[in-house]
Amino acid sequence: MGEALDRRTFLKAASTLPCMRALAADDARYVAEARFWEKLPHRKIKCKLCPRECVIDDRERGYCGVRENRGGVYYTLVHSRVCAANVDPIEKKPFFHVLPGTLSFSIATAGCNVNCKMCQNWDISQVRPEQVRSIYMPPREVAALARQNRCATVAYTYTEPVIFYEFMVDSAEAVRAAGVRNVVVTGGYITTEPLKELCKRVDAVKVDLKAFTEKFYREVVNGELKPVLQTLVTLRKLGMWTEIVYLVIPTLNDSDQEFRQLARWVKSELGPEVPLHFTRFHPQYLLKNLPPTPVKTLERAKAIADAEGLHYVYVGNVPGHPGENTFCPKCRRVLIEREGFFVRGMHLKQGRCPGCRHPIPGIWG
Amino acid sequence: MPAAPKTRREILGGCLGLLAAEACGQGREQTGKSPSGTQPTGASRVVVAREPALRTGGSVDSKRLAALLDRAMQAFFNVDKPVEAWRKVVRPGEVVGLKVNCLAGKGASTHPILVEIICERLQEAGIRARDILIWDRLCDDLESAGFRIATGRDRIRVMGNDLLGYEDELSTFGSAGSLLAKALTRISDAVINLPVLKDHGIVGVTLALKNLFGAVHNPNKYHPNVGDPYVADVYMLPPIRQKVRLAICDAIDGQYEGGPSYMPQWSWPFNGLLVARDPVALDRIGWQIIEDERARRGMKPLREVGREPRWIRTAARHGIGTDDPNRIQRIEV
Repeated sequence: MGEALDRRTFLKAASTLPCMRALAADDARYVAEARFWEKLPHRKIKCKLCPRECVIDDRERGYCGVRENRGGVYYTLVHSRVCAANVDPIEKKPFFHVLPGTLSFSIATAGCNVNCKMCQNWDISQVRPEQVRSIYMPPREVAALARQNRCATVAYTYTEPVIFYEFMVDSAEAVRAAGVRNVVVTGGYITTEPLKELCKRVDAVKVDLKAFTEKFYREVVNGELKPVLQTLVTLRKLGMWTEIVYLVIPTLNDSDQEFRQLARWVKSELGPEVPLHFTRFHPQYLLKNLPPTPVKTLERAKAIADAEGLHYVYVGNVPGHPGENTFCPKCRRVLIEREGFFVRGMHLKQGRCPGCRHPIPGIWG
Repeated sequence: MPAAPKTRREILGGCLGLLAAEACGQGREQTGKSPSGTQPTGASRVVVAREPALRTGGSVDSKRLAALLDRAMQAFFNVDKPVEAWRKVVRPGEVVGLKVNCLAGKGASTHPILVEIICERLQEAGIRARDILIWDRLCDDLESAGFRIATGRDRIRVMGNDLLGYEDELSTFGSAGSLLAKALTRISDAVINLPVLKDHGIVGVTLALKNLFGAVHNPNKYHPNVGDPYVADVYMLPPIRQKVRLAICDAIDGQYEGGPSYMPQWSWPFNGLLVARDPVALDRIGWQIIEDERARRGMKPLREVGREPRWIRTAARHGIGTDDPNRIQRIEV
């Protein structure tokens, strides 16, 4: 015989029904009309926020699970609906050329516009907002909490901030008005118009470039590579400080050829000064069958990118590895010493190498 | 060259597979002779029951609907009395989940009156009212389709996954990785799948297989590529295959375009029910009914509008059932 509701579950359901349902998808505090969509006939809408361009029927949601068509009007269900909030070192994002050694007030809502098989935050990114515990944190409170916790930045991170675009933009304005900077950690799967608007309000963007083949994006990410590359080019054209993280996964995106093609593309399209982080994969979510990335693979990737002429190539998720440090590309002096998420030595002087005075790009103060 | 002898693992695996198929009650039917003639060997049976005089004064006549359901069940199981048919599906003491489809509100959702009759028949077959759970994704969806949320333990319960919750551990198969609804995994011993007959603007049609999207926490992830292979992969998740014993498709009204939302201009009175153990065969027949109606109205086939439900073929390849029309016995009653 099947398991009936246990007493606790039953009582909870029976006694808190109105309360629980008020906390469900239609809690008015979290619902705001979405931006970047168009009306279609028969109460359908097309979302224009990300390249997926979901066509959504009435009462349905997009692929992200957080934007809903209600009677032919499109709404976000996650404005001010924060499911994760932490004070992190900015190195954890990772940003290595943005205010090293400072703290970043890091927030997320539920949802994501891709479904990466290696997602380390799938329990919040691959769920609907009503399926996780969230708190109400309007933009002014985001700004206040950042200041209260002595954070130099607010990071929109963990899941995919593109899907909580309206909340991110409103928060970024409040945060900037409070004298705190904004940084975004994204997969870069966004259309150009909203990206340009976003860039007016933020200071730095870290893009997770998950591979350099469409095959990987199709099979592992459930997305596309081309729009992500377009995002990187747009960021560069807009002068936005950008860093790239490439999670190296054994057998899936770890060939010399792919590393080389990636490095050449970065150099030619974005320039040699864009930091490129090769980070270590750990088995997660739907990719538990693969081992962690051997450190030698990361060192091979770095060696290839170095040889292709990129100036700032890092090894990540290997605490204590010398590849975490920043070196002067001209005289090879160590400029920033790191161990894991912590800065052990800061030798930059006003954004320059103290030895040869070579300028190091980034946001330093 | 002689075939290689089977290893112990292969033999055991095969035996377990047979047991699983038996337990699932899916795939090929072993329900006796068809009332309408010879049954192809190993065929899946789909009963298409219709009653032109189902409505009186524009609304569904409950007595006629009950008679239609009885006729469909008796024909499918080849028995003389409805209760005998239901006893082939459920056993007293089991908790029975009725997975309805309520996304579209009134007009294109499982009719409450049909569910009410099914609940009566289940009780006649020995299932206690307290052991019946009517469920779908959201309480709001259930209410908008005309159900009343009921959580009391001494009666039939009506609840959404938003109240009952999901498992914490992922279930995976192929492209699918989901948290399953506790209504399926913990509460129900047996599930009767009660989809509706309708078009779907992204994945072509929504019938028996796709109705189980309501048993996972992340259906929004499974619509790309016209739902292929996602619809089939989700149905392969073990608790679904093990517990869904029968599909009764509410085809009182059909919708041949504009789904899954209710679009009255594309809805038509089919006045019927589809009954099958094999969800693939049911979907194949249901798809054909929708295509026939589209053709009758001068609309292009789903293939030509980029919405052919290829996942039905994928489901057949997975071994969930058969989509081969030559191996489906369509029984009209």
